[in-house]
Amino acid sequence: MSTFAQSLPTSAADNLTGSFTREAFAQSLARCAHLPAWWLDRKRAAYERFASLPMPTRTNEGWRFSNLSTLTLDGFKIGTFVPTEISVSPFSAITAATLTFVNNTFATRTAPAAEIAAKHGIIFDTLQNALIHHADLIKAHLLAQPTKLGSDKFTALHEAFLEDGAFIYVPKGVEATQPISVFHYATGPGVAVFPHTLVIAEENAKVTVADFFRSKEASSTHFACGGNDLYAGHGSQLTYLAMQDWSDQTLSFQFNATVARRDAKVLSLNIHAGACQARHESFSQLQAPGAHSEMLALTVAHGAQEFDQRTLQIHQAPNTSSNLLYKNALMDQSKTIFSGLIVVDPDAQKTDAYQSNRNLMLSDEAEANSLPGLEIQANDVRCTHGTTSARIDREQEFYLEARGIKPAQAQELLVFGFFEEVLGKIENEQLHDQLTSIIRDKFKA
Amino acid sequence: MKPLTEIEPAVETENPVVGIDQTAGNFSYKVDYAFDAGTGLSEDTVRYISSVKKEAPWILEFRLKALKTFFDKPMPTHWATKDLEAIDFQKIRYYLSQGQQPKRTWDEVPDDIKKTFERLGIPEQERKFLAGVEAQFDSEAAYSNIKEIVAKQGVIFCNSTEGLREHPEIFKKFFGKVIPTGDNKFSALNSAVFSGGSFIYVPPGVKVAQPLQAYFRINAENFGQFERTLIIADEGSEVVYMEGCTAPKFSTSTLHSAVVELVALKGAKIQYITVQNWANNVFNLVTKRGVAHEDAEIKWIDCNIGSRLTMKYPGVVLKGKRARGEVLSIALANDGQHQDTGAKMIHAADDTTSNIIAKSISVGQGRSTYRGVVHIPKHLKGCKNNTECDALLINTNSRTDTYPAISVRGDKNATQHEASVSKVSEDMIFYMQSRGLTEAQAMSLAVNGFINDLARQFPMEYSVELKRLIDLEMEGSVG
Repeated sequence: MSTFAQSLPTSAADNLTGSFTREAFAQSLARCAHLPAWWLDRKRAAYERFASLPMPTRTNEGWRFSNLSTLTLDGFKIGTFVPTEISVSPFSAITAATLTFVNNTFATRTAPAAEIAAKHGIIFDTLQNALIHHADLIKAHLLAQPTKLGSDKFTALHEAFLEDGAFIYVPKGVEATQPISVFHYATGPGVAVFPHTLVIAEENAKVTVADFFRSKEASSTHFACGGNDLYAGHGSQLTYLAMQDWSDQTLSFQFNATVARRDAKVLSLNIHAGACQARHESFSQLQAPGAHSEMLALTVAHGAQEFDQRTLQIHQAPNTSSNLLYKNALMDQSKTIFSGLIVVDPDAQKTDAYQSNRNLMLSDEAEANSLPGLEIQANDVRCTHGTTSARIDREQEFYLEARGIKPAQAQELLVFGFFEEVLGKIENEQLHDQLTSIIRDKFKA
Repeated sequence: MKPLTEIEPAVETENPVVGIDQTAGNFSYKVDYAFDAGTGLSEDTVRYISSVKKEAPWILEFRLKALKTFFDKPMPTHWATKDLEAIDFQKIRYYLSQGQQPKRTWDEVPDDIKKTFERLGIPEQERKFLAGVEAQFDSEAAYSNIKEIVAKQGVIFCNSTEGLREHPEIFKKFFGKVIPTGDNKFSALNSAVFSGGSFIYVPPGVKVAQPLQAYFRINAENFGQFERTLIIADEGSEVVYMEGCTAPKFSTSTLHSAVVELVALKGAKIQYITVQNWANNVFNLVTKRGVAHEDAEIKWIDCNIGSRLTMKYPGVVLKGKRARGEVLSIALANDGQHQDTGAKMIHAADDTTSNIIAKSISVGQGRSTYRGVVHIPKHLKGCKNNTECDALLINTNSRTDTYPAISVRGDKNATQHEASVSKVSEDMIFYMQSRGLTEAQAMSLAVNGFINDLARQFPMEYSVELKRLIDLEMEGSVG
């Protein structure tokens, strides 16, 4: 009886906001008081949406297979700045500039904003500064896309409590040769963070941005509710990499919205390694002819982790293409969910869309769920999807062992061969090597 | 029984293109029904049906419980189409019967019903050939003739009402076990108001050489058919069952909600073949599932051409080791139609295998949907699933959707799923046209080619019927 009583919510109304109370919101808003009034109004409206929307329920198809009992809004506090030592990342050396945020607050940067702007006209600054100096760009692109994948409540929460994040703007025709990186740290027990990265690539611009999400202490419980908006203008090339490496006690949400205009090429690669329960929603819109979106993800799941990935790629114009490849390696009692949907609008003829989910089962207790979907309303298209769930190919294993490679080593080689199909898409060699070594460490640990 | 009073004229003029009379199913007889439960659904409707059928008290109780479940369950519109809301359950007739007993010979079948079959285009020869036919006219079987050989082998083949009355010891043991009343809203509805359908029991080791067939027909406006079919193949036996449907066209919606349960005991094989061609105003919401025990095999061959909305996902629960399940599905959706079909494979034992091949064709504004479930739970090993879904879109405004759900646990199983969407290649059409075919003929040929490898698995007469139906549906889709 006692366990039953405990599992019951105290009352439906109380449970809608959890730790994210009106007082907490008022405090967060007070910290943003210097920002434009229109933005504060948007935040207020977002909070009202958050506070009124119900938590996801069993009958919600957007949450099929997800563990809803572990979704909680209780026991967290909004992260505020604490002076902390941030170890220098190996990435600082290979990236042109870095921005670091700790607990929703800007902490450090490697190159002054003015220096970068003087060189190329690129704006690489905090969202707070951008809200003041580049309001038009922010209005047009920050959280401007609808939520379509089921997390309305959590996207509203993100908007309400979003205090700061990274803003990257590459002007027309400018090619940023070196990657730009952004670090988001969470530190302190029970801290809630709301990281955000907004990337705008204007006509024919080219840029690579890498986002890193880390917990300062591996033992802390965190609540992370982050997002990114990627806007690729005509003919631009936008590469976005994200490495999610929160502590193993973190509840994580990430929302992506990508817009690709005429002949734009967007590549987004999400690597998921951290959190105890992580949901990632990715929404790509191919709005004009020639647009191409490459959606890649790599998940290394261990312990009792649950990774819940939902994607939507909408082809709204003729002659657009998209390619999705989500690979999951499942160890221990981990669980993954992949739910993807390709939508081809009635006039989007000559669409070429592909969607693939590969689950590598490395344990007898792991669970992989796949929901690859198609909604096609044009006939002259090429749309395919495929999903497989299986262990390492025994024949390949045998082949390697027959050549004198030890079983453990053979298995590792094959697993990395499995990862390389995704990692190989990163053009920047140093970035590729760095990410590979991080994953190698994750996998071995 | 009152005689036939009037024949309603066919609405369209005859159109004998490609040798098929398009208006063949487009008629209805004004029939005076001896028993009629009226329109609407309530406890009284259920009590009425049960009393007319002189059922045992446990069946009435079962029905009433199911009715409550039906009222309690919400419409599954959180995942299914909103079109379901167009069904007005209070405007539907739930039971009609002419009160006739199932007939054993063709001569005993009343003339008016014979006429109905004639209009359906079942040739004289075929009628004789269909020796094991269980022809269902509305709720009750109007004609039933168990082929002598089949009866001699100890096979029971009758309608479900008769099965309940005469073989309760077998019926009760399996009835409602594969598909529980509360499985979904429509299985609950069927459990409350079911009548008709087939009951088949094949004794151990018996291999039924002749496929058992049943023709279904709806013949009253706003009248839904709620057949209940139960097929039990005892150890080591084999049986093939076929059903084909056609219905007259009516302006207001009709509802068809059947429940089909199959049980294949150790080493048994069941093949269930459906050609569904209801009229374009019929809601066809069917629950079909089989349980395959050790070394047993269940194969669903499902072909959907008619209806306004079909929702049907034949399933197999692979309960015993090395059991095999297969679903072959063909769907054709024309203007105003939504074929929401698919398959469910529930693996529940080691070394079980399942195969799903689904092909759909969308013509005009037709919409075809594949929905599937493949479930492999914990601690099983050697389970395999293969799923292939191919969709063909004929016109620029045709639509197709694919929503599979695959859950795999553990590293000792393997699943693969592939789906593709395409149109008929212009090169192919050009090639055929350059050899003198019209565009329509070329298109028809290409579509028949697309489903050919599946259609070949159908028995001869069904395969021919299917080809004709596709030719008919493809008319006017190009140019």
